[in-house]
Amino acid sequence: MANRPILETKKITKRFPGVLANKDVDMVLNEGEILAILGENGAGKTTLLNIIYGLYSQDEGEVFVYGEKTSINSPHDAINQGIGMVHQHFMLVPVFNVTENIILGSEISTAGVLNLKKARHRVAALSDSYGLEVNPEAIVEDLPVGVQQRVEILKALYREARILILDEPTAVLTPQEIEDLFRVMRELKSKGVSIIFISHKLKEVLEIADRIMVMRRGEVVGETRPNETSKAELANMMVGREVLLKVDKGPAHPTDAVFEIKDLVIHEDDHRNAVERVSLEVRGGEILGVAGVQGNGQTELAEAITGLRSITSGEIYIDGRKMPAANPRALTENGMAHIPEDRQKHGLVLPYPLTDNLILCSYYKRPFVKGLTRNDDAIEEYAKRLIESFDIRTPSPFIPASNLSGGNQQKLIVARELSRDVKVLIANQPTRGLDVGSIEYIHRTLVEMRDNGVGILLISAELDEIMSLSDRIAVMYEGEIVATLAAKDATREELGLLMAGSKKETVPAA
Amino acid sequence: MNFITYLRTKKLLLPLSLGLLGLVIVIVSYLNNPQSTQAVLGSTIRQSTPIILGALCGIMCERAGIVNIGIEGQMLLSAFIGFMVNVWTGNLFISVLAGMATGALLGLLLAFVSVTLKLDQIIGGTVINILALGLTGYFYTAGLTTSGKIQPITLGSLAQIPLIGPVLFRNPPITYTAIILVFVLQFVLFKTTWGLRTRAVGEHPRAADTLGINVFSTRYINTILGGAIAGLAGAFLTLEAVGSFERAMTNGRGFVALAVMIFGKWSPIGAWGASLLFGFANAMQTQFQFMGTFNIPHQFIGMLPYLLTIIVLAGFGGRARPPAAEGSPYEKE
Amino acid sequence: MTEEIPKQDGFFFWIKQLWLGVRVPLAAVLLALLIGAIILIASGVNPLEAYAALFKGAFGSERYLLRTLEKATPLIFAGLAVAFGFKAGLFNIGAQGQLIMGALTSAAIGFMITGLPTLIHILLALLGGALVGALYGAIPGTLKTFTGAHEVITTIMLNYIAINITDYLADGPLKDPAPSNIVARTPKIADTAIIPTPQAELTIGLLIVLLVMIAASILFFGVLRNKTFKIKNRTLLFFLRFALVLVTGVGIGLGLRFLTPNFYASPVEFSPYQAIPLPIGFMIAILTSVIVWFILMRTSFGFEIRTVGLNPHAAKYAGIKVRWMVVLAMVISGLLAGLGGAVETQGVIYRFQPGFNVGLGFDGITIALLGRNHPLGVIFAALLVGAMKAGSNVMQFDAGVPSQIIDVIQALMLFFVAADVIVRWVIRAKPKSGEEKIKLTSGWGNQ
Repeated sequence: MANRPILETKKITKRFPGVLANKDVDMVLNEGEILAILGENGAGKTTLLNIIYGLYSQDEGEVFVYGEKTSINSPHDAINQGIGMVHQHFMLVPVFNVTENIILGSEISTAGVLNLKKARHRVAALSDSYGLEVNPEAIVEDLPVGVQQRVEILKALYREARILILDEPTAVLTPQEIEDLFRVMRELKSKGVSIIFISHKLKEVLEIADRIMVMRRGEVVGETRPNETSKAELANMMVGREVLLKVDKGPAHPTDAVFEIKDLVIHEDDHRNAVERVSLEVRGGEILGVAGVQGNGQTELAEAITGLRSITSGEIYIDGRKMPAANPRALTENGMAHIPEDRQKHGLVLPYPLTDNLILCSYYKRPFVKGLTRNDDAIEEYAKRLIESFDIRTPSPFIPASNLSGGNQQKLIVARELSRDVKVLIANQPTRGLDVGSIEYIHRTLVEMRDNGVGILLISAELDEIMSLSDRIAVMYEGEIVATLAAKDATREELGLLMAGSKKETVPAA
Repeated sequence: MNFITYLRTKKLLLPLSLGLLGLVIVIVSYLNNPQSTQAVLGSTIRQSTPIILGALCGIMCERAGIVNIGIEGQMLLSAFIGFMVNVWTGNLFISVLAGMATGALLGLLLAFVSVTLKLDQIIGGTVINILALGLTGYFYTAGLTTSGKIQPITLGSLAQIPLIGPVLFRNPPITYTAIILVFVLQFVLFKTTWGLRTRAVGEHPRAADTLGINVFSTRYINTILGGAIAGLAGAFLTLEAVGSFERAMTNGRGFVALAVMIFGKWSPIGAWGASLLFGFANAMQTQFQFMGTFNIPHQFIGMLPYLLTIIVLAGFGGRARPPAAEGSPYEKE
Repeated sequence: MTEEIPKQDGFFFWIKQLWLGVRVPLAAVLLALLIGAIILIASGVNPLEAYAALFKGAFGSERYLLRTLEKATPLIFAGLAVAFGFKAGLFNIGAQGQLIMGALTSAAIGFMITGLPTLIHILLALLGGALVGALYGAIPGTLKTFTGAHEVITTIMLNYIAINITDYLADGPLKDPAPSNIVARTPKIADTAIIPTPQAELTIGLLIVLLVMIAASILFFGVLRNKTFKIKNRTLLFFLRFALVLVTGVGIGLGLRFLTPNFYASPVEFSPYQAIPLPIGFMIAILTSVIVWFILMRTSFGFEIRTVGLNPHAAKYAGIKVRWMVVLAMVISGLLAGLGGAVETQGVIYRFQPGFNVGLGFDGITIALLGRNHPLGVIFAALLVGAMKAGSNVMQFDAGVPSQIIDVIQALMLFFVAADVIVRWVIRAKPKSGEEKIKLTSGWGNQ
């Protein structure tokens, strides 16, 4: 394998208002190799690759392709240089079909008129030659996520990319699909494609990469090979200190069921059922984790449980009392707390000051309301108390929530939700997009709550998180709970199979 | 699968049934009273012209992701400028071009405000409406005369066909252009590279951006071209339909055009069908007043198009699926 | 993140806040006047002459001042209606339709019912107008909530429909049957329904009282901090300060009146006004603004409305019934507009005549945006636009400028205040974190 540098960056620096995203980044990608760029959320990996792909331009530094200095000012330039990128959030037009998405921007046409038939043939040929099976006429929004990713890769190959950038490609895949992806990557490598693979997952990086480059706070902190390092060492480089790779928790002491769902069915507009007859039970003092790949009904389930979506049929009980559907207030008043999946959409009103956000669900209660008017003093006092006890980093309780970092925003939501009288907590992707410090904090808080007798339903796409935090694990696939098992009995492989749809007998929880 | 199911999957069941119903009504009415039927149908085509042009403008803008509620203002100002140019030059062709240029200019303004300044598009459109009202009010002096309006062109022997002939083939040029534009835009939007890219920009601009498509210039060009079409609608009003200008003469047509666009599901042919419906309502309104039928006060008949718009929106507005990225300014991260 | 924690109190803090809020609309107005001047020059008119005539026509005499206040009154209501809608995330262009429905109702109650005591009759007619406006606003609100029909189009359509309905009624069943009348209009309302316009003679005494009250306001609201008063409850504190201002003013006034009656009663020499007109309609408008501000900013209900406007998803999460709020917001918006129509009918025109106040819907938008959707800002914006409208007659007469130039300038003002980015660039002002950027568009679909 000729190991000459095919892509190189020298001293790339990029500033955004208030943040130094990349500082003096030197990177080398050799021909025919898989380079993994490792770092936690916010380390600057995506910024660097967006610069290489022409979506941003660097403030300082140079990019070299095949040893020649180039300037890439737009994706057009990048594509012309043979660089293709598969983004973390797919860049596919949902209402177009596979062919239209693949040819968009580089269409096959005569005098401006599309030649869709020829395009379809080309797509089919491409798909065959790389082993990436797709139906050229399928509408993209109807496709499962794994297939959508194949379309994204085909997009790059259609444009004859020799350098392929994959940004967090495994975030949305089951363990089996990840294996599939790695197979494709090795196949591409054998056909001469060089790959940059961005991830924050240590295990995958060690498995697939030829070389690993670690970034932290915008800088490159180290370079190594999988056979020269370990998970612990990589984690240390990523975060800059010792990292607890496992959550410290004692055994659970569950009490009675505090939360129950019976035969929940949620109907979607296009004649499908997003959730099919789900029944669950969460006991006080335990964490029930719901594992599953995104898009199997978890979002709808979570929204329905917390009153944000209406239910087609089924019942919800808190402490044995039946709850009215689609009524968030009734749920909150009966002891439910909710950490939402999309904190900026559901959990916060960004222009409001922290004070208003901290009483978002209880603004109508005494002492925040006195008679007809709001009691500013009581609100301020409450806010100050919460900011201190939950260590929310802010200079003042009156600044708008939009000024806080992601981690602090999540802490605000946690502070608000957990300072009420909580019997059951629904935590949906609670650590998504957060830095390691915040992730550790949230994990500690969840275990603490559990030990105080709260029942927790944890929904997460990060299998590691589910496995390390849960006492029992339920797996969701295509809107159904396909299995429920005790955490200590569950293995990664087994969960992976369940998440991908192979049925299993329900093992009664301990 | 049987025919009905096929139609349902292609979502053609409703429009086809409506069309069939309409055809039956027309035939029955023709057999009863050919004179009135011809008058009403001819009026339908005429009344629907500014509306379909306005809707086409809306489609062009919204398919690229720009919500344009300033169509009313574009029509009004273009009508005025077209009229004034006719007064000054007496040349109808140049006047039409002037109208289109005005519409295009206002389209440029909307694009600038929405794309470059990234301001709220509804406010941008409202500003255009207010500006048009203000400017036309200020600069218009009553009593100006012109050399006349554009005359119909008869398309030879086609005009001899009973009923359809005089209705369809004895029309002035802008009316013909409107119908031709419907089919041209339908083709361009769905069968050409330009159309594919435009639709991509309206549905998922970031995806288009990552593929090297210039989101900003696509939005600018579509909005300007759309504006020119709205300008044509305005020119139609003063140069082909009425022959003179009156304050606020557009009378809400620009907004009806938006409802038509939604009803037609953002497709030119769909919008054309809807605009014919509205044109028909307008035509019937005149007919009722003319015939003095049912003794309904004329104000109530005058309400018909506006009521119809509300009904259409209420029935279809919520369920319709607009281009996904419309209304939001595109931010390059 | 080193952001300075602003002191939340004190005279200079409030002045700074005021300046931050006002500078952009102020600059927008000045820019618009500048461009208006250019258009005037192009039309062969001396802009200085024109603007001077405009100012004279707005403030130059008691009669003109009264006209300004009268023009401003419906603008305040329209501005409040639109601003309230904006706060809830709704774009109510239907203020005009709601206003004329309210106006007609008020006129109908005004002339069809007789024999009532004045206060009852006035209140009844006002109430009727407000209620009908509210109902008319409920229509687009309900349509939006249950069918997703976007309120921009439905309210504009309803404007046209309202014009048609009121045209018909004023030309038909409610037409003035008097033989001397040929136009479509209702009869004049009964005297008991008319809102009077008393006057206060402008004497030196009154002037001194006014100045003292202004100084007292600065003292009690600004200079003396919250802590000085040792009262925790903010509402109580507000009323205490208000009372202190009143007491000071009245006290000094009474004192002067007793001690120096002649001096007190002597007229002010240099002033163009003999007396200050006190159109009660205008005062009702001011009172309404204050009430709206109170509801929006100090009550839970107001919090709910604002939350729905800023983030309907989070509002749902917070347990707020979003759909209900949308309808309520439109109802209140319509109520405000309807009330405005009633006040106009009972205070100025004394009957309903079609064709009055066309374009009020768009005026309302200009006012709401100029006033930054703040009920108190609306008052000043309405005074500004009202002054321009009132003064335009004199400008036409004195300087020969068609009054429509005001429409153009208004459109320009709206443009600049909406395109605040341009204005900021001109005055080199970076947005501070507190300033709201107005965003309404979310397409046509059900969001």
